[in-house]
Amino acid sequence: MRFASKRQTLQGIDEDAGVSLLIVEPEDMWHANNLISAGDVIRAPAFRKVTMTTATGSTVAKGVHTKLSIKVKSTFFDPLASELKVSGTVVNENEWVSVGQHHTITLKYEKADITFTIWKSHGWDSVATQTLKEALSEDRPEAIAAVVMQEGLANICLITDFRTIVKQRIESAIPKKRSSAKDASGGMAAFYEKTLSNLRNAIDFSIPRTLLLASPGFVAQDFRTYIQSEAARTGDKTLQRIAKEAVVVHSSTGHVHSLNEVLKSPEVKRTMHDTKFTIETNLMDEFYDRLRKDDGRAWYGTKPVEKAIAEGAVGRGGGVLLVNNGFFRSMEIATRKKYVGLVDKVKEDGGEVRLLSSDHESGKRLEALGGIAAILTYPIYDLDEDDEEDEGGEADVNNPAKESAVL
Amino acid sequence: MSRHQFIRNLDYQDAVDEYEGYSEEEDELSPEDRALMNQGTADVQAALGVEASKVTVAQIEEALWHYYYDVDKTVAYLKSKFINPRPKTTKPAGQPPIGKSVICAVGPAEEALLYELGIHAGWAGDGPDMTDATSSPSLIRPRNAMPLCELSGRSAQGETALAALITFSSESRAGVSHYFRDMPWGNIPKDRETTFVPPLRPRGGLLGGSSAQPKMSKLQALAAARKKKAEEKSAGQDNVEQTRTKMTELSVGDAPSANAKLPVPENGKAPLAGPFGKRLKTSESTAEGRSPVIDSEPTRSGLSQPLSGTVKEPNNEPVVEKAQQSAFAQTLFGPSGDVFQRPLQESYSLYADLPSSVLDAFSRPSPDDVVLAAQAKAGKKTAAAQPKKGPPSTGAMTAEVKELKIDDAPLPKSRNLDVLSEFEKSQKKKNASFVVVGHVDAGKSTMMGRLLLDLKVIDQRTVDKLRKEAETMGKSSFALAWVLDQRLEERSRGVTIDIATNRFETDRTVFTILDAPGHRDFIPNMIAGASQADFAILVIDASTGAFESGLKGQTREHSLLIRSMGVSRIIVAVNKLDTVAWSEERFNEIKDQVSGFLTATGFQQKNIAFVPVSGLHGDNLVRRSSDPAASWYTGPTLVDELENSEPNARALEKPLRMSISEVYRTMQSPVTVSGRLDAGSLQMGDALLVQPSGEKAYVKSLQVDDAPAEWAVAGQNVVLHLTHIDPIHVRVGDIICDPAKPIPRADTFTMKALAFDFLMPMQVDVHRGRLHTAGRIDGITGILDKVTGAVTKKKPKIVKPAQVARIVVKLESHVPLEAGQRVVLRSGGLTVAAGLLE
Repeated sequence: MRFASKRQTLQGIDEDAGVSLLIVEPEDMWHANNLISAGDVIRAPAFRKVTMTTATGSTVAKGVHTKLSIKVKSTFFDPLASELKVSGTVVNENEWVSVGQHHTITLKYEKADITFTIWKSHGWDSVATQTLKEALSEDRPEAIAAVVMQEGLANICLITDFRTIVKQRIESAIPKKRSSAKDASGGMAAFYEKTLSNLRNAIDFSIPRTLLLASPGFVAQDFRTYIQSEAARTGDKTLQRIAKEAVVVHSSTGHVHSLNEVLKSPEVKRTMHDTKFTIETNLMDEFYDRLRKDDGRAWYGTKPVEKAIAEGAVGRGGGVLLVNNGFFRSMEIATRKKYVGLVDKVKEDGGEVRLLSSDHESGKRLEALGGIAAILTYPIYDLDEDDEEDEGGEADVNNPAKESAVL
Repeated sequence: MSRHQFIRNLDYQDAVDEYEGYSEEEDELSPEDRALMNQGTADVQAALGVEASKVTVAQIEEALWHYYYDVDKTVAYLKSKFINPRPKTTKPAGQPPIGKSVICAVGPAEEALLYELGIHAGWAGDGPDMTDATSSPSLIRPRNAMPLCELSGRSAQGETALAALITFSSESRAGVSHYFRDMPWGNIPKDRETTFVPPLRPRGGLLGGSSAQPKMSKLQALAAARKKKAEEKSAGQDNVEQTRTKMTELSVGDAPSANAKLPVPENGKAPLAGPFGKRLKTSESTAEGRSPVIDSEPTRSGLSQPLSGTVKEPNNEPVVEKAQQSAFAQTLFGPSGDVFQRPLQESYSLYADLPSSVLDAFSRPSPDDVVLAAQAKAGKKTAAAQPKKGPPSTGAMTAEVKELKIDDAPLPKSRNLDVLSEFEKSQKKKNASFVVVGHVDAGKSTMMGRLLLDLKVIDQRTVDKLRKEAETMGKSSFALAWVLDQRLEERSRGVTIDIATNRFETDRTVFTILDAPGHRDFIPNMIAGASQADFAILVIDASTGAFESGLKGQTREHSLLIRSMGVSRIIVAVNKLDTVAWSEERFNEIKDQVSGFLTATGFQQKNIAFVPVSGLHGDNLVRRSSDPAASWYTGPTLVDELENSEPNARALEKPLRMSISEVYRTMQSPVTVSGRLDAGSLQMGDALLVQPSGEKAYVKSLQVDDAPAEWAVAGQNVVLHLTHIDPIHVRVGDIICDPAKPIPRADTFTMKALAFDFLMPMQVDVHRGRLHTAGRIDGITGILDKVTGAVTKKKPKIVKPAQVARIVVKLESHVPLEAGQRVVLRSGGLTVAAGLLE
């Protein structure tokens, strides 16, 4: 995403004039999804079907391209198509629509430059600014393709900086071994063939792209051998390159969540250090490690984290607040303000704030913990004991938060 | 046709069957056809089973010939026609349409003609009705019943005759209604009534069989050609004179008296002795419907010589007509024999001289009459509309055939056995399965290979062959393991990947071996094996260093897993003791350490047994060690220990549950599943429900321990051949259950889990037998007291190892789950918890 105007800067955001943004790649729609929340006003090109009554009384329906400003009621993001549908009511009248009519604008990346303007209903708070900053960063590595597989199951994923997209899931029945049957290899060959053809369809290999093959046992290795032999057999140059560059990694299963293991494996770290998701994966690992050690520095859930932050325990010298970005996406303004306040407090105290993408595996892990977790600067042991005393209250506060995290 | 051939046929054929005419072709079958026929007959008999006795070989062969050796169709036909014949209510309506019947009647005349013309085979395509008529191979054979006239066929006229015949047959249809215009429905004046029999021949196709329009198949055409050739050969010149005399006799008897009985006025007009073509032209203009039938009789005076041989037959041997109808004939022409008999008697009194078969031909209502009668019954439909009735009737036939097809794959019949009492009655050996676990390379597969060899389940030759193969791959020490490790990958890498099952019997028990992989990556497979086991053999590598690394590795994890899968009896095989010179000291050291940690894991001391063995050489497996260094061990061998183990109690009375461990195709069924019955019982023909797909299936047949069986009970390893289910609905890990008491599906469950590692809300893999899905711990309800089960802490942030907690797990997909099932949770390649579903 880019600012539409060259003069616009992150610092000089004029709340009244709004921020105009240019969509430059499909991934931008994911950022837009994080940026746009209910209550905001969006001005974007829209296509509307209008019915006109002629002088004689007959009606003619036609579609018109126009620019509409709507006040957002809800958003829907389609991760596979990278499309964002923004629904709301029209706020600026024009010759086709009147105020108050409903409209859904579909934002997506197209060849022609598309810009949209956004007015935040509650101003550009720190979270919104950080999201925008991330969205604007142009230095982005190419997305990584990964196949997480086990016998009879393969998940073809595309790992971008901000999300993991499962492009295809392949299941195939592999004959198990019986004393009478000797031919499980036939089933595996068919499985590899299916996986490879799906992989080539799902992911564009015309640009150089890292391919990770992960599996328990020998499946990934055999799959790579299969690609190699296929490349040799067909003389396909692209396939040869894919086979050459594919990295085989061990994972304990073929399920998507094994990507966590994949992303922290030394093979992957060597090829891609410092990408956003490796950092996030490492942070989550650190958090889990501390939780295991029960050293009093790792806490999760809204209440304990809130308390820890209030005490200033998430600050300079190792304090990290981990929040799922999905957490902010569809939250009531009051709740949002509370969490933004937490984020600001941590920043003030000199701690680190990480907005983990809920579309990444690390974000999913955080989601399991309730969407918010913190590594404290110093240990506090009794944070959850208070919880139990006012359990009823905790449930009330936690549950909506959890729900929104799930959303 | 030669006389001797005909007589031979008489041996097993009756009169009506002759109309089929197929049997004669059979005698001229080529050796290949004969072979096919024999094969087919055998197949059909096999397919019919007990019911095969209800049909004769001849009937089978006949049907086979019709269906060109298609066994399935033949069986369907035979079943529908002979074994369970349907009530033939539709029969009268099903009479051949007018045009067809006309042709049928004229048939022999044409035939004679055609033989001369030599165009018989090529004629088949001239018109639908014609085709119908000719498709019956009986045409090929001269009808012995027909009086043959002196009309010597002249090929020049034959051509025109043929053309006339074709036009005639089409016109005659329209003529019928015209003919009956002046008479009331259902009250046909006597003088217009015909009593002659329709030419008894099949409609062309078989009644119960193919849905296709009856037409001459290639095979039939071939048969016709062959037949013709044979006849040309066999026709003897010496018969000619004899025939002539007979012919004259016949024609004398024919002309006037026949008219009295068969009072079609046009009859007389027909130029009896005239040239064929001319006659037909006349009849075409005047005759209606059935008249040509009569016309043709007297004019069939000059049949060509080849036919003369057969003409004699019926005269000499009227026995043919008296013969009993075959079952086939009965189905074709109605079961009542007296329909046949009564007019026959009358005819005799009238025309004593006539061959009975001639009379026969007129003793029943003409085909037209039958058709018209049927029409009258059906409603006021014009005769002209009749031919159009063809297609619907074929439609009905297809419907019938479809029904038959369903019958073809009937629901497997249940014998409704009381399986449990059958099980009690049967003096079967006990069934027990055990899983072989241990650290990777502890020698599990090799030990089992040796065990099977020593028990003579496999022979030395197989092992020698494997050894040779192993040597070529440079892995000669793996030869015994290859008995169980059959996959290419397993052999080339030298590790077991998937569970291997094998079976052996002792005097008292049938044992199923489940050889589990030791490698940590394949623990899911090991869990699958352990879930089917009654007890376990834990193999420990006694060689220096290996034991210690194993204890840290899968020795511990496996014993934890098998304990949490509900296995309580464990036999520890201290393997490779030969590498440490059968050191008793080493054995005791291992024994102390292992029993210490096994009791900590939850095994009772009395359920743990230790046996020092050498898997490679077979010491103390089946036979005692002959090594003097091992003489200190006097306890039981491994097999003895196995025999001492009691399998778990079987949940025989509970609703059926079977976890599918393999799905594959077999000859018996495209959906063959194998697995172990966890609970309940089943029998052949039972309806089953496959969860989570919720699809119903039926047990076509089943095998218990590789032997066909009629029922199976919990604890047995079975192979089920399912029908009425698509393979996509059946997957490994699914559960087969009783449709009346199905296992529920769920994507969230609560379990009481024993933590092996820290548990917190996190992503886990959920294993239940073969089932393996991703999920996450959604919440921890509370930590429980190990002994009392009381909640000691509500909503903890984290569960520490060895604590028992009640946790909520959410799965990615719906899977069949039930309280009491044992579930293992793994994360990052480690077993983190195991427990019972609540």
